[in-house]
Amino acid sequence: MKSKNRPSRIGIVDYGMGNIRSVTKAIDHLGGCAFVSDQSEKLNQADALILPGVGEFGHAVRELKNKKLFQFLREWIACEKPLLGICLGLQLLFERSEESQHANGLGVWKGTVRKFKFGKTLRHKIPHMGWNDVRFEKPCVLTKSLSNNSHFYFVHSYYVDPKDKRLTIGTTHYGTRVPAILASQTTFGVQFHPEKSQKAGLKILKNFIGFVQKKRLKK
Amino acid sequence: MLKYRIIPCLDVAKGRVVKGVNFINLKDAGDPVACARAYDKAGADELLFLDITASHESRPTTLRMVTQVAESIYIPFTVGGGIRSVEDIRDLLKAGCDKVSLNTSAVQNHNLVKKSAARFGSQCIVVAIDAKSIGKSRWSVFTHGGRIQTSLDAVEWAKKVEQLGAGEILLTSMDRDGTKLGYDLELTKKVSEAVSIPVIASGGVGTLKHLYDGFAKGKADAVLAASIFHFGVYSIAQAKRYLVKQGLPIRL
Repeated sequence: MKSKNRPSRIGIVDYGMGNIRSVTKAIDHLGGCAFVSDQSEKLNQADALILPGVGEFGHAVRELKNKKLFQFLREWIACEKPLLGICLGLQLLFERSEESQHANGLGVWKGTVRKFKFGKTLRHKIPHMGWNDVRFEKPCVLTKSLSNNSHFYFVHSYYVDPKDKRLTIGTTHYGTRVPAILASQTTFGVQFHPEKSQKAGLKILKNFIGFVQKKRLKK
Repeated sequence: MLKYRIIPCLDVAKGRVVKGVNFINLKDAGDPVACARAYDKAGADELLFLDITASHESRPTTLRMVTQVAESIYIPFTVGGGIRSVEDIRDLLKAGCDKVSLNTSAVQNHNLVKKSAARFGSQCIVVAIDAKSIGKSRWSVFTHGGRIQTSLDAVEWAKKVEQLGAGEILLTSMDRDGTKLGYDLELTKKVSEAVSIPVIASGGVGTLKHLYDGFAKGKADAVLAASIFHFGVYSIAQAKRYLVKQGLPIRL
């Protein structure tokens, strides 16, 4: 029988896309126990997963499939085990992206990932890069005790457009209002980088760890 | 609304911060981790580490520094200086920095920008442009730390690096660097309006008004500053409060 008091084991899915050292370090710093792996057998031992990532959607899908993680992740989510997608990791939860016409995402959430498009009158640079405020649209375990309109660090050229608008917990404004935090049952996604968003970002990660811990104690 | 960014720049040599950061009483003003932590705490939006003596031999030292910094701060940081290959970039990103800044190597090898942007994503490829005035509204690109003039026009080169896949431009006015006379606003505006990727203004800041002008007149998306913060002339918080008072969107 494993102790329930041990720190939650958070598996960081490593599929070769982007900086995972910061998120690993942040989890440890916040009292979780992070480990990085690209093997489903090892990740399956975790209490929760974080799917990070920066880069191209289609390339990410191919990497997940090459490492036999694609189906594993779908099953993980279907079993209602906790998962947090960050940036590209959030986008991968959707069915498809305008970035890669021929690649299907995990399809956990219905909807499309769309490219920012601005007319000539609206001079907005792409990528949407830097600190932006997030408006909380409804309460969520992830945003607990954070003040509304907190700032988070974004870097992205595509945004998610969920079919089910109820998934959207928080939004940000960049030329148009776009989802920044999404949640359903045990699956969460953030478009910004919490591991790069100072105190507010760390709070999001801490809330995620807290959710995982609570869920374990209930078992 | 997206906020303007303030980015302190730290020059490093052999893994140590040159001249140090003296705005608070750090035990070791040359320790990159202590400096990075201090700026993170002070409210900097990002950090830039510029390896001014980058050489093949100093590579492992730099990578160690990047790892330690990555484990100590929770804001994005960029590393520049002496980056020559896709492998260099891979190693730095793996060590934990968020972006790399290419300068001479981008001019010498356009394909490096293209290849690295395709492999790691545009968001982590910054191209640094050192520009010097060569007549009315014309600027030439210099490489090798400003020692060698190229045949490239700064505005044209900025457009080219965007095409190649750069995600951001760090634009330094060599005429203004170290003068405390303010950014070259004409140059900054020209470049910023010529591209659709973010531009960081650099070189010449001496007062808070200069920061304001960089955004308002230079149309920069971020401003880089070194000495005014390192030596405690102004604090980040002071600068931010000033800019907010002027009506600019800033993260406090």
